[in-house]
Amino acid sequence: MRNVSWRAKKRTREWALQQISQPMNKPARPRQDFRVRRARPLERLIEAGLQLSALMAVGITISIFWILISESIGFFQHVGFGRFLTQTRWTPLFANPSFGIAPLLCGTLLTTLVALALAGPLGFLAAVYLSEFASARAREIIKPILELLAGVPTVIYGYFALLFVTPMLQAVIPGLPGFNTLSAGLVIGVMIIPYITSLSEDAMRAVPNALRDGSLALGGTRLETALSVVAPAAASGIAGAFVLGISRAVGETMVVAIAAGQQPQLTLDPREPAATITAFIAQVALGDLPHGSIGYQSIFAAGLTLLVITLVFNLAAFWMQRRFREAY
Amino acid sequence: MAHATQPPRSLTGSARVRQRKRADSAFILWGILATALGLIVLSAVVLVLLHDGGARLNWDFLTSFPSRKPQAAGLIAALIGSLLVIITTAVIAIPLGIAAAIYLEEYAPKSALKDAVEIAVNNLAAVPSIVYGLLALGLFVYQLHLGRSIATAGLTLALLILPIIIVATREALRSTPATIREAALALGATKWQATQDHVLPAAMPGVVTGIIIGLSRAMGESAPLITIGALSFVAFLPVSLPQEPQYLQIGRYDAQQTLQNPGETVSVRVPRGGVAILPDGSERAIAPGSADLPTGSQVRTTLGLAGAAASWSPSSWLGESFSVLPIQMFNWTSRPNPAFRANAAAAGLALLAITLLLNGGAVWLRYRLRRSLRW
Repeated sequence: MRNVSWRAKKRTREWALQQISQPMNKPARPRQDFRVRRARPLERLIEAGLQLSALMAVGITISIFWILISESIGFFQHVGFGRFLTQTRWTPLFANPSFGIAPLLCGTLLTTLVALALAGPLGFLAAVYLSEFASARAREIIKPILELLAGVPTVIYGYFALLFVTPMLQAVIPGLPGFNTLSAGLVIGVMIIPYITSLSEDAMRAVPNALRDGSLALGGTRLETALSVVAPAAASGIAGAFVLGISRAVGETMVVAIAAGQQPQLTLDPREPAATITAFIAQVALGDLPHGSIGYQSIFAAGLTLLVITLVFNLAAFWMQRRFREAY
Repeated sequence: MAHATQPPRSLTGSARVRQRKRADSAFILWGILATALGLIVLSAVVLVLLHDGGARLNWDFLTSFPSRKPQAAGLIAALIGSLLVIITTAVIAIPLGIAAAIYLEEYAPKSALKDAVEIAVNNLAAVPSIVYGLLALGLFVYQLHLGRSIATAGLTLALLILPIIIVATREALRSTPATIREAALALGATKWQATQDHVLPAAMPGVVTGIIIGLSRAMGESAPLITIGALSFVAFLPVSLPQEPQYLQIGRYDAQQTLQNPGETVSVRVPRGGVAILPDGSERAIAPGSADLPTGSQVRTTLGLAGAAASWSPSSWLGESFSVLPIQMFNWTSRPNPAFRANAAAAGLALLAITLLLNGGAVWLRYRLRRSLRW
């Protein structure tokens, strides 16, 4: 008993000392708070579990980088960055292999450019219409439909590109081969319109009404207000939406794997067949590759390139959208 | 006078105003066209699929196995495969996603850790789906040795839709008013009690919307499953159906399939009845119950609900190889034989119907939620 009371005294003394040493303007935390917490081990356990689940996201991110780097490191040791970046042919599975990423980058760039040429203007038009002209009722109906469009599985768009869009284009462009980047790019463009429209519309709706009122009061029409006042004010948000759309187009796999052909070619002619980074990965993965072979490593090297590209675009979009949020 | 030769200012003004107003109306027309393009394309997709595969989409098609002959091929393996993969995905992604969102929204103090998790979630949401396939190939197939199985596919898609569920749940939690939390805490509830009994139920419609959208995305996703090597020709089911025929050999056989005890009679329980093929080749109907049969005969029966149910326990199908709807459609689309295109279109119709129903359900739920929201 003596021992206990000595300890209690010591604890009191320490507590008092702590109280004195606390800065005057910062009140000590009430002791009770701690006691309640300590009394409920289950609560602590639950919080730890929740925290662990949240940390999963970090874990997954790290494992993506770790797996892509560790599985492709053999590839880069074998090939070297120089050949990877400068060679103009990509034939890692041939008897006499070449490892230049340029043709795949070219195919990706091409489909993305075609997609953007369609989705950029149309997505922007639709966003301006929805944000500045459409009634609230129309918006309520149209936005869910756009969401439905974004929910269509990409393999269905691939079928549509190969067996409907390409034959239609062939009627217009004589001599168009059955596989071409034009039809794949156009269909990807349709796919990314909902993203671009929805995000650009959000950006324009965030522009304060005072700006619109100012322009209208000076005699601007609604179109002039939309194009010369609202759109510039939302420019960075709209740019962010475009960049996110581009990032989607770059990462799209099924449409290009089905409709664009699978021959890596260094061409910027959208009428030609070409392979993108994603189509190459899908094509090689369809065959049976021994673990650790150069072909197996090459899809990870291609995947790493893809990840880096999309990461750059996403960071750019994030940075742009944050800048736009800070403006008002 | 000089000014008399020019039209009055008001007139030029009104002409220009008219022109500018015309630009306004012209733009509205273009805007409506651009907005409607999505709907036009969606209708075109549905029409093309209906035209190419509508006739093929019948009960036989839905319940047949894939085949080398386009007319005989069917969807059943892909349908069951999709179902099992989605169940696995849901079981992993839903609890993890909700838990992570609750931590971020309700528990996490402003810290470097929270920032790291937020950056990771945003980053994961933007990673192309095929990269998840590469992760699965390197990690689940080759490092954890899970094989090209339903378990691997479920895990992969779970990782893919985790950010979708986290973001949707966070948004739903954030839109729950602080008064609900404060009321619960004021009555002495602990933080978890307040979250579990009050905040989470209030946020449920938003959470469910996010889950549906995530699962529908997983349903239509094929790129990551191609990477881990999902098969497109699966001529068996990882689970049994009640009507599936089962064959029993009566008697003891050795490894060479030679009958060990010919000429004896064995009493067999056939709970659902069936047909016995006797050693002499003749057939005999068996009523449900027991039957005495000579060794060397064969019994054809069905599993029945209870028998089939046992094969649905996860431990018996998680390790099986599988096919899913989008992979099956991809395979049929890329066959050179054009007769398979009708099959691809029919598979596309089935897939589109499922995903549009799921997405439509989510949209409807969100709409109802917005109307009933009266905090």
